[in-house]
Amino acid sequence: MSSHGITDRVAVIGMGCTPFAEHWDASLDDLIIDAAHSAYRSAGIAQDEVDAFWFGTSQSAASGLGMAGPLKIEGKPVTRVENYCATGSEALRQACYAVASGAYDTAMALGAEKVKDGGYQGLNAFPIPTDGTQRTLTAAAMFSLMLPAYADRYGVDRDELRYVAARIASKNHHNGARNPLAQFRREMPAERICEMPAVAGMLSVFDCAGVADGAAAAIVCRAEDAHRWCADPLYVKGLSVVTGTGAGSLDPDYDYTTMPECAQAAADAYTQAGVTDPRSQLALAEVHDCFTPTELVLMEDLGFSERGAAWRDVLDGVFDLDGDLPVNTDGGLKSFGHPVGASGLRMLYEVWLQLRGEAPVDRRIPETGRTLGLTHNLGGYPGEIVSFVGVFGTKKER
Amino acid sequence: MRGVISAAGYVPYQRLDRSAIADFFGTGGGTGTRAVASYDEDTTTMGQAAADLALRSSDIEPEALWFVTSAPAYLEKTNAAAIHAALRLDAAVEALDLGGAVRSGIGALRAALGGKGRTLVVAADTRDGLPTGADEASAGDGAAAVLVGDDSDGPVLAEYLGGASRTLEVTERWRIPGGARSRTWEERFGAHVLGPAAAEAWQAALAGSGIDGAAGIDRLAVTGLNSRAVATALKAIGANAGSLVDPLINTVGNTATAHPALLLCSALEHAAPGETIAVVALADGVEAIILRATEAIADHRPAAPIAGQIAQGGSLSYGRFLAWRNMVTVEPPNRPAPARPSSSAANRRTDWKYGFTGSRDRSSEMVHLPPARVSQRGGAADEMDPAPMAHTSGTVASFTVDRLAYSPSPPTVFAVVDFDGGGRVPLELTDVDADEVHVGMRVVPTFRRLYTADDIHNYFWKARPLRDGASGSAPPGDSL
Repeated sequence: MSSHGITDRVAVIGMGCTPFAEHWDASLDDLIIDAAHSAYRSAGIAQDEVDAFWFGTSQSAASGLGMAGPLKIEGKPVTRVENYCATGSEALRQACYAVASGAYDTAMALGAEKVKDGGYQGLNAFPIPTDGTQRTLTAAAMFSLMLPAYADRYGVDRDELRYVAARIASKNHHNGARNPLAQFRREMPAERICEMPAVAGMLSVFDCAGVADGAAAAIVCRAEDAHRWCADPLYVKGLSVVTGTGAGSLDPDYDYTTMPECAQAAADAYTQAGVTDPRSQLALAEVHDCFTPTELVLMEDLGFSERGAAWRDVLDGVFDLDGDLPVNTDGGLKSFGHPVGASGLRMLYEVWLQLRGEAPVDRRIPETGRTLGLTHNLGGYPGEIVSFVGVFGTKKER
Repeated sequence: MRGVISAAGYVPYQRLDRSAIADFFGTGGGTGTRAVASYDEDTTTMGQAAADLALRSSDIEPEALWFVTSAPAYLEKTNAAAIHAALRLDAAVEALDLGGAVRSGIGALRAALGGKGRTLVVAADTRDGLPTGADEASAGDGAAAVLVGDDSDGPVLAEYLGGASRTLEVTERWRIPGGARSRTWEERFGAHVLGPAAAEAWQAALAGSGIDGAAGIDRLAVTGLNSRAVATALKAIGANAGSLVDPLINTVGNTATAHPALLLCSALEHAAPGETIAVVALADGVEAIILRATEAIADHRPAAPIAGQIAQGGSLSYGRFLAWRNMVTVEPPNRPAPARPSSSAANRRTDWKYGFTGSRDRSSEMVHLPPARVSQRGGAADEMDPAPMAHTSGTVASFTVDRLAYSPSPPTVFAVVDFDGGGRVPLELTDVDADEVHVGMRVVPTFRRLYTADDIHNYFWKARPLRDGASGSAPPGDSL
């Protein structure tokens, strides 16, 4: 792949994020306005100074009008983007490329989702007319396929792996409990999660991401202009999206112990960012823990653990808040909640806070001198994934 | 010579123990079991299953498909067309629905035997009755298919010797379209009018077949929904007890429209060359047919003998039976119901949706399910051949039990199925207990109704266990 990247050409100069919650009393417009205005304040920039807008929402609105209307963005390009649960990251990617191309000096990426007006628990896809042969499994069931597959491939006892998955959820609840914006702020011991009834395969509801409404936004500009607005910007080091062909649902060689699209996106982003050993180079990683097995397998796909070793690393606390490589320090999808279009930008929000020392003290990562943070955001299901990996840093090196 | 070229019955996997009815209500029910169409089966899918078995044990293509049922999945729209598509028959093969009346089952069979051309008669019924009623207890669900033709078409297993009919206008059993139950007049009245008609039809059929008396019949099946009339007819015919074909009431139940053909299939599975077989059906009069097994019957290898299917039933609770039959309404999953399938999208993909036909890339040999235009391996475009998979066995590569997904009968059991000879697709499993599923389990595709939305039945394929552990990609044989 000839992916040249835009390393150190674009900077994040301001961010905003609403609480993620069941916002029975807030509309999509409210969430968009709150996130956007929070980002403007963060950057000290006026809406008029932002040249172009990318609006990520999976199912809550249909076009750029959904953002331009509530914010009253006059005479500017506003584009809606959608790429499943990686929608927020896709909005960011478009905004970054637009600035890097020279087309605009500044741009905003905003992701928002209003999922709680549907009347049902969980996420429910908007039905596209089909021949009726598509499977009707829930996402939980699709991702549940990974645990037994992993146990079999690496010879891990299934009960032990059940505990490993619960420990991931427990860690993310521990972190989310220290996050005032998070949907679930209650710690939950792994032992209790293991006792909960299964809803899909071995997974209980506590292995699943919270379903929430929310919005998050980032403002980006040309790296050389960043200090006009921000004393300590984040520089975009690498951005990658890899979209699968659905091979895993077609090809008997696929065994549900990996998500190749994620590994490919990571390799691409690392090359752009000059990352050769992510586990020792990254200060933190925000990854797409839609379900606990997803985070387990991602530790290997993103190169944080050797193949077959992530379960052990989880038990050893490597990814805990005070571990060697803290993962999902804001609680992740599990505890922060998952408003689909907003999640990718929410991940960047945590990297923004942590790398710049603004995270609340009780969840701040240990000082290691590392200056890079990673966000990983995916959509789809094992076997058919769209994966985003972004690397961001506090130091401009080019 | 004209007669039966191939025949097969289909008995659905689920069984209701009739004693469960009295256990629940304190009355009703009876002894033995009844076969129950699963929540994802209807007369169309069961008819397809029987027709598929009949065509598997013979490589002869029919020229016409006649589908008969008193419980059609659709009115106005031809149900036989779905069976036709799922059998992957040529468009030139005429598919027709006949009936509504129980009598149509035996009537279609006799019309085919007395007609010309290769006709596949498919009869299926799901039988409902109100809880504790006689119909609920004695009825069963099932299907049968009989391929009728001439010896110029292929080996005839049983030659049609002759038949007879007596028609009565009599309101003895009736049901308004859409009604949940049939109504009957006093049973003794039915016996009074049907008994003499049976005797007349029987004598006429014997005479037309050149057979001298009931003693000349080796295997006799007399069937009807009025059991007193059946007993009266048996007496009038003077049948000897040794010739009686098991009516399957204690194991399958009376499948009404399908029952004459089902009993014929059962008789053929046991018949020796030269034996005579008679089927007499009582419904608004009498239809009788008489056949003689030929030498070819010795080579008749049913794809799935009825006795084997009966032996493999799964146990269904009475509560679930009532829910499946809409006799009680249970709380549905709190998820949005699925959307109706798009007719135009379905029409474009008839080969996949009904025929379960994928595509095989010529260069890499990779099987694509559903069919693709561009190959996953190598990327060649439009270099694919059809890959029909309906008769291919597969292995469960991974599975999950989904207690959150919408299903007419939760939980949903889903498996990633790798087919013998290539091809993978995630499929819902059916006729299975969640607890018995395991990686490596052998499964075969089965044509089912996934759900109904906006009155459109969404037909597609699931997978069901190969129960006797038979391996290989051959037809499942006795393992249905």
